[in-house]
Amino acid sequence: MPDIKDMNKFDAIIVGAGPAGTSCAHTVAKAGLKVALVDRGTFPGAKNVMGGVLYRHAVENAIPDFWKEAPLERHIIEQQYWLLSDDSNISIGHRSEKFAQEPYNRFTVLRAKFDSWFAGQADSAGAYIISKTVVDDVITENGRVVGIKTDRPDGNLYANVIVLCDGVNSLLAQKLGMRGEFDNRHLALAVKEIISMPREKIEDRFNLDGDEGATIDIYGEVAQGMEGTGFIYTNKDSLSVGIGVILADLVKTRVRPYDLLEQMKNHPVIKRMISGGEPREYMAHMIPEGGYKAMPKIYGDGVLVAGDAAMMVNGFHREGSNLAMTSGRLAGKTIIEATEKGDYSKNALSRYKDLLEDSFVLKDLKKYKNLPAHISNYSEFFSTYPEILNKAADEFLTIDGVSKKEKQRKIRKILTEKKSLWNIIKDTYKSWRAFG
Amino acid sequence: MIECNIDILKKDIANKRLDMHIVVCIKQVPDTTQARIDPKTNTLIREGMPTIVNPYDLHALEEGVRIKEEYGGKVTVLTMGPPQAKDAIREGISHGCDEGILLTDRAFAGSDTLATSYVLSEAIKRVDLDEKVDLVICGKQSIDGDTAQVGPGIAQRLDLSQLTYVIKVRSIDLKKNSMIVERQLEDGRQIVEARMPALMTVVKEINETRYSSLSNLIKAAKYEPAVWNQEVLGLDTTKIGLKGSPTTVRKIFAPPPREAGEIINNEGESSKEVAEKLLKLLIEKEVI
Repeated sequence: MPDIKDMNKFDAIIVGAGPAGTSCAHTVAKAGLKVALVDRGTFPGAKNVMGGVLYRHAVENAIPDFWKEAPLERHIIEQQYWLLSDDSNISIGHRSEKFAQEPYNRFTVLRAKFDSWFAGQADSAGAYIISKTVVDDVITENGRVVGIKTDRPDGNLYANVIVLCDGVNSLLAQKLGMRGEFDNRHLALAVKEIISMPREKIEDRFNLDGDEGATIDIYGEVAQGMEGTGFIYTNKDSLSVGIGVILADLVKTRVRPYDLLEQMKNHPVIKRMISGGEPREYMAHMIPEGGYKAMPKIYGDGVLVAGDAAMMVNGFHREGSNLAMTSGRLAGKTIIEATEKGDYSKNALSRYKDLLEDSFVLKDLKKYKNLPAHISNYSEFFSTYPEILNKAADEFLTIDGVSKKEKQRKIRKILTEKKSLWNIIKDTYKSWRAFG
Repeated sequence: MIECNIDILKKDIANKRLDMHIVVCIKQVPDTTQARIDPKTNTLIREGMPTIVNPYDLHALEEGVRIKEEYGGKVTVLTMGPPQAKDAIREGISHGCDEGILLTDRAFAGSDTLATSYVLSEAIKRVDLDEKVDLVICGKQSIDGDTAQVGPGIAQRLDLSQLTYVIKVRSIDLKKNSMIVERQLEDGRQIVEARMPALMTVVKEINETRYSSLSNLIKAAKYEPAVWNQEVLGLDTTKIGLKGSPTTVRKIFAPPPREAGEIINNEGESSKEVAEKLLKLLIEKEVI
């Protein structure tokens, strides 16, 4: 019969109940292993923040048909991209009726609600959900990670594998020397507001029916010359409006993040979209956008790292939650295999890396591995190009008796005033290369 | 496996001499710090509002566990509510209670304080049959109803010594079956000796709640309370739910917003002048 002390011994302990951690806990619990999911929030999700888009494929892997019962806001049928200058806007978008049908493609969510539901699923699968508990440190023995130290009385907990899903500034990964200090070029700081708005108004304004939703990604003027993008997402009875900018740029320009958001909200084009709304919540979050090259070590003796803590964000496609969930699930799979073999060594856990290599997670991150550095060198993409393109479009669409031939000349002048044609071609070529 | 370990724990407890059996009654309430009132209907918007254990009841739990630790024995936590109130029981377990019972049935829904105290007292009778109850502890009132009637209602129905607004338990004499407590009154404290079994309702100042240990949290995470429904309890259906509740709520309204206070400036005036001005105002408003 097992010893009473064994009550505090688990097959796996997951630190952090975000998409990565909960996904991992769910996978491991479903296999019948004993797993604890430890989180600092008053309930899972209480402290979790993201822009607000969730991808069907990643959740579906854990819970088929989840959209029938999960607390989702809207399923996205339209995605728009806006290029803003100071007073005008070029937009392109895509809307598909296919996305209005089950199984849908993407959803907006409010994380406090969704994460709490998702953790409930892990709970039902058998995971021990331990909230309101801060993990202060990891316990190591002879270089192996064997447990965690929490802030609770008699707060040590032991497991064969510890999975660090403690978010972007994973102090635990840092304590273990799995990652170094942050480079502030690898971090974006995003601020967002939830703006209450009656459903009917949202549906009219965005041309939606029922629970259909739309997202708008915004480039150009809103980032005030910095490397960053804004967004507007539709929720059921609110909009998520926010902007994320590379931290190094904020440090350099000394622009305050909330001023940036305030100015974005006051942009004439955006003001129209949010008018009649009431700010309800304000939140800020750091996003690890360093990409493949900035990834920390993700496995060691008795330890795995997943989600934001492992830099698993595709900054270009604004994907994060799906990479997090997939990495969490694959970490779970690794633990199940390791438990079967009874081997939790670094060598055995390297299987996690192989599984990630085979999935879209590392394939995508590798494909864009040069992009973060490239974009850093070409912050003009966020300022000069949107501006000249808007000027060119203004000129093209203003009917003022100027001959078309003269118009073309003027447009060419606008386009090449700030950038030589040769430079534009060079930028385009280099960008193409950076996208892999 | 974990079930096995809980069995061992139970056996451990059973082997000990159970000196006192304490029942703590708790209620799951909406987290009113996050409450919003619908401006049109003047009712509480309950949708999506997180629930918590009534804050006074946390102190009741704490006191129960402290008494157990001092005098030995066992704490049973009891709640009536929807199936989700299992979370409240689990919180009780994480605070150190030994067992939990959830009273849940559609037939109990809509119960006012009269009906609620009936259901709870019948359940306590049942607990008492299994294992004699010495002390029942409740919070002084709930933060959603604020009536402070359920505790006294249970005491009355079970003929327990009724100790309300207890701020301190001075001593318990198990041989004499008596306890001495301090009650908080508006103008002071009253020291009362009472026979046991007794029921006390506690104020927040009675103790500081502890930060639960990790092992209790783990125990609580998968704890499945005994669930007692109408079928198990077999209560008088005219005394429960809406039928058994003579109280009806006529109207709920948000209190008018507080008006801004008056600020007396001392610009260009001596302290004496300001003091006189203040005195005049206080007399005018009949404050003094």
